Amino acid sequence: MAVIQDVHGHAHDHPTGIMRWLTTTNHKDIGTLYLCFSLAMLFVGGFLAMGIRAELFMPGIQILEPEVFNSFTTLHGLIMVFGAVMPAWVGFANWQIPLMIGAPDMAFARLNNWSFWLLPIAALLLITSFFVPGGAAAGGWTFYPPLSTQGGMGTDMMLFAVHVFGMSSIMGSINIITTILNMRAPGLTLMKMPMFVWGWLITAYLLVLVMPVLAGAVTMVLTDRNFGTSFFNAAGGGDPVMFQHIFWFFGHPEVYIMILPAFGVISEVIATFSRKPLFGYTSMVYAIAAIALLSCFVWAHHMFTAGMPVTGQLFFMYATMLIGVPTGVKVFNWTATMWRGSMTFETPMLFAIGFIVLFVIGGFSGVVCAVVPIDVQVQDTYYVIAHFHYVLVSGALFALFSGAYYWLPKWTGHMYDETLGKWHFWLSMIFFNMAFFVQHFLGLAGMPRRIPDYALQFADFNMISSIGAFGFGLTQLLFVYIVIKCVRGGEKAADKTWEGATTLEWTHLPSPAPYHSFETPPVVK
Amino acid sequence: MKVGKLMASLSSLVVLGSYSGLAISSKYNLPEPQTPIAQEIYDQHMMVLWICLAIFIGVFGVMGYSIVKHRKSVGYKAANFHENMAVEVIWTIIPVLILIAISWPATKTVIAMKDTSEADITIKATGYQWMWGYDYIQGEGEGISFYSQLSTPQDQIRNQAPKGEDYLLEVDNRVVVPTGKKIRILMTANDVIHAWWVPALGVKQDAIPGFIRDAWFKVEKPGIYRGQCAELCGKEHGFMPVIVEVMEQEKYSQWVAGKQKTASAAAIVNTALVENEASKN
Repeated sequence: MAVIQDVHGHAHDHPTGIMRWLTTTNHKDIGTLYLCFSLAMLFVGGFLAMGIRAELFMPGIQILEPEVFNSFTTLHGLIMVFGAVMPAWVGFANWQIPLMIGAPDMAFARLNNWSFWLLPIAALLLITSFFVPGGAAAGGWTFYPPLSTQGGMGTDMMLFAVHVFGMSSIMGSINIITTILNMRAPGLTLMKMPMFVWGWLITAYLLVLVMPVLAGAVTMVLTDRNFGTSFFNAAGGGDPVMFQHIFWFFGHPEVYIMILPAFGVISEVIATFSRKPLFGYTSMVYAIAAIALLSCFVWAHHMFTAGMPVTGQLFFMYATMLIGVPTGVKVFNWTATMWRGSMTFETPMLFAIGFIVLFVIGGFSGVVCAVVPIDVQVQDTYYVIAHFHYVLVSGALFALFSGAYYWLPKWTGHMYDETLGKWHFWLSMIFFNMAFFVQHFLGLAGMPRRIPDYALQFADFNMISSIGAFGFGLTQLLFVYIVIKCVRGGEKAADKTWEGATTLEWTHLPSPAPYHSFETPPVVK
Repeated sequence: MKVGKLMASLSSLVVLGSYSGLAISSKYNLPEPQTPIAQEIYDQHMMVLWICLAIFIGVFGVMGYSIVKHRKSVGYKAANFHENMAVEVIWTIIPVLILIAISWPATKTVIAMKDTSEADITIKATGYQWMWGYDYIQGEGEGISFYSQLSTPQDQIRNQAPKGEDYLLEVDNRVVVPTGKKIRILMTANDVIHAWWVPALGVKQDAIPGFIRDAWFKVEKPGIYRGQCAELCGKEHGFMPVIVEVMEQEKYSQWVAGKQKTASAAAIVNTALVENEASKN
């Protein structure tokens, strides 16, 4: 066999069909796998969201029994975080980081393959847990014990799934860090790297720091459930609040893991379509680093009502508010980048502007939540639901759409349908706000989250929110159609599709980017 | 000059915001505050809201202007600047100052919220799957103890009967407290974590098995104040409301007397039963 392979040479012949995808070590193939997987998960998580909103359409129990409703909210959160948003960003990293730093591939090609193929296993564990006796986990995506100790086999499957997702993320991050630090083209110093690469470098460090902590928490819950330990069981001398500290030490950096690559994409897109260099590149890098660092010291703001000494509450309040400063710097810098540019408004730019507007709203409600006395009122209400959907849906997801439209021409060699792209943006924008803006009112007026039924004064806003959510869900089918249409054909994309683009994939590579690119590194001046 | 004007309009907005907070109570906002703490929370929320609105208008005013004027389709040529140290320092420092302004009153409220000393009445609230248990452990009413369960009938939840006015926010036994007294609530739980929350009183505190936490409130206006469990606690999480009834001191004393009478009557019946059983053997 070895002899035959030698005769045929190497690298250029690879298996076709299913084996191509199972055995691939090519960063573009693996990137595509990641992106397709995350898109599929977006629809699984979205289906659960539709179930939740359908139950909440009117007061009373209509379609989901309370226990099933809790499973829906739990798995919606887990699938969206671990199955949709995080793998989508790793998909972007796989495609874009080698192209943007002039590297031929990722540093660890086989590790890359494995970190992807772990994901379907984890997803399968989560989805099939709905069909085991006792049903899927129903203790919330945060799986606080002792409630998570009560669940059936579905809870163990969920915990294993989280473990597997975590392993995949850690391996992916190590790969990304190694690639960025060792495989940049000659002349591409750290402070010349594109912002997307910076965003991912810092994200990858955060992942390596916090995913093992989550693994620790998950392991302790597993042994509490199955081997009679009492880490989080007060009756056995354990501490249920300790779980929350450990979980949120992972959980808060986790939200920045989902948003820092988004900051990178938005910086690329805004600069490109303003035809002007990014304003304050250095301070943008420092702002991302500051946000990442601060995000490790604010975890207990998720626990203001768990009971903490005054000094603890004050420390976490001040630290949390401080994150507003570097985040503000980023928004001001984007605005200054647009200022006196020569802007055009193709779909990527629309999603980027939509991102800034809605992310700022989510940031403001974040400041509201950071103020301890106010948080005592809004914690665990729909206000918080509105807050984190503003930063994760119109934040992370809008940035993913922006990036997808931005790079689709480079990936496929075809232009996407601009008219349909604009429709996708405007429908998403309208329905998103319809679904989530009214949830601020619901939360302030006193509607707790994670309830399948509610008092009558919340009825009209819930109906509006549900209609918005259905509209938002349906709109995303349009995205799938646009992507398929773009992959199958369309107007030929120019090598430098966007007039204002400056990064290596646009200036040095044809569209579509060849299967093997940058076999000899470009020189960056 | 310009900055001064901006600051002046900003502060007037803030003042307007905090005053408008006194009157408005609607389904768009926090419920009408009934305790000094809830009032402070309400006012601080309004203040933060107005500050955020002012910044929003400022930032997106600039961005909106830019989007309209600096577009290629109107022939605008791109400038090439990409740095300005002074501007960057200014927009780092101003947010810091705004955040200090927000956290100053918040810090005072946090300290006040934590001061549960010298309570007139202490009540222990215990979370169960899925109801609340109340024990009056100090002050007038000491010794009273009961469970408080959702009283909304199942057929309303199952859409087989029209829903009542207080659908899901009604219980068989309300927690009763007098007006003008400092009430300290101790929270704990029997099985999983719950949270005791009454929005109008500005109190939300997790009830954690194996731990005791506390919070306090003092209400001047008699009335029924409704809240809910705020921490996911299993399938009936949405069906364990927290209902507090605040009465004038006189009425409260009557309620206590009534409760104690039934309690002692029940005790007598119990002892009689036990003695009866014993004599049989």
